Amino acid sequence: MAAVEIPRDEQAFLKYVQSGGQVETADWMPDDYRRKLIKFIEMHGNSELMGVLPEREWILRAPTLQRKLALTAKVQDEVGHAQLIYRVVEDLGKPREQCLADLVDGKAKFHNVFHYPTETWGDVGVIAWLVDAAAIISQKALLKCSYAPYARIMKKICWEESFHILHGRDVILAMVTGTPEQFELVQEALNRWWGPLMQFHGNPIPSDEDPMFLWRIKSQGNEEARQQFLDGYVPQIRELGLTVPDPKLRKRDDGVWEYTEPDWDELKHVVTGHGPKTEERLAFRRRFLDQEQWVRDAVLAA
Amino acid sequence: MSALPAPERTPVWEVFRKEKRGAAFEHAGSVVAPDADFAEAWAREQYGRRGESVALWLVPRDAIRDVEDWADEFDLKYRRVDGYSIKARLKEARERAGTAGTG
Repeated sequence: MAAVEIPRDEQAFLKYVQSGGQVETADWMPDDYRRKLIKFIEMHGNSELMGVLPEREWILRAPTLQRKLALTAKVQDEVGHAQLIYRVVEDLGKPREQCLADLVDGKAKFHNVFHYPTETWGDVGVIAWLVDAAAIISQKALLKCSYAPYARIMKKICWEESFHILHGRDVILAMVTGTPEQFELVQEALNRWWGPLMQFHGNPIPSDEDPMFLWRIKSQGNEEARQQFLDGYVPQIRELGLTVPDPKLRKRDDGVWEYTEPDWDELKHVVTGHGPKTEERLAFRRRFLDQEQWVRDAVLAA
Repeated sequence: MSALPAPERTPVWEVFRKEKRGAAFEHAGSVVAPDADFAEAWAREQYGRRGESVALWLVPRDAIRDVEDWADEFDLKYRRVDGYSIKARLKEARERAGTAGTG
C-alpha cells in the first residue's frame, strides 16, 4: 500500500485536513497553515508559562504542607507543558528563544485569565478548578488537531490537567465546608473570576468564519466550548451553595445556556497587553530570562 | 538521516518510554539538550516526575533513519487475513460433507 501523500496544493490540503487527514512535521503544508499553527501553539505555550505566575505567588502562603506540595507540583507540570509546547513550535520552524523574546517584548499573546491578580486563597481554588476546567475543554478538542505532533502532546497535557482540576475542587470543597469566612472567600473569588471565565473561550465567531476551525487546528467553535463549560460546571458550582454572579444565566428548554454578553472589549484590551498584572508579570519573566542567561550559556557550552 | 528538522545549535533527542514491564517502548516526545546527560535529566523530569514510566530510551534524532516509501508493484493480499474469502468454499464443503446447518 502506498503511503498517504499530502497534496501540495492549498485547496486539496484543505480538503485533506477537513476529511480528518493528519499532518506530520516533515509534510508539506501551506504557509498560512504553518503560520497560523505556530501562532496558536505559541500562544498556548506562553499561556502555560505565564499561568504559573499567579499560582507561584501562593506557594509560600499555602495553608498546609500538602497544599504547598500540590501547588508546587501543578506549577512544575505547567512549566513542563510549556516546554512540550515550545518543542512543537521549534520543529515548525520558530526557535524557542524567539518565542520567549516575543513574549517578554509584548509581541506575543497569552490567555486573558493570566493577566489578573490572585487576591486570596479562594482565587487559587477557583483558578485550579474552573480556569483549568475551561482550559481542558479546549484542550480535549485539540486532541483532534490536524497537526499530529500537537495532538499527541495534548494527550499528556490533558492527562496531567485532570489532577489539577481535582486539586482545585478539593481546595474549594475544604473551604465551603469550613468557616463562613472561608465560604465567603470562595464566593468573592468566583464573583471576580466569572467575567474572565466567560471571556476565556473567545467571542462566538461562527466556525465557518474561523480559519483555525477551517484548517482543523481547532475542532470546536468558541461558543460550543463555552456551552460545554456551562453545562459541566454551573451545576457543580450551584450544588455547593455558591451563586454564579450573572442574573441572566439560565438554561433554555433546548439546552442552550443564555447569559449576560461578556465584555469583549475587556478581553481585547487584556490580551493585547493591558491587563491589571500584564506588565508586572512580563517584567518578572524578562528579569529571570536575563538573570538566568548564564545557566543557558553554561548548558549550551556543554 | 531523519526527515525531521535539525535545530540550529542543540541536538534533539527522541524519547521513548515504557509504561510498564512487558510493554513495548513507545515514542513519547522529544527534548532539546547538548548531550546525553542533560537529555536524561530533562527526560526524567518530563516523562517520569509522577512515576509514570518504568524505563526510557533516549535517541539522538539524527541517529534515526526514516522509512516512508514503499514498493507498490505487487498486490500483497495473500499475506493478509483480508486477502482470503473462504465463505463460499466453506459453504460448499459443508454441503458436500452433509454438515451444513449443524453448526
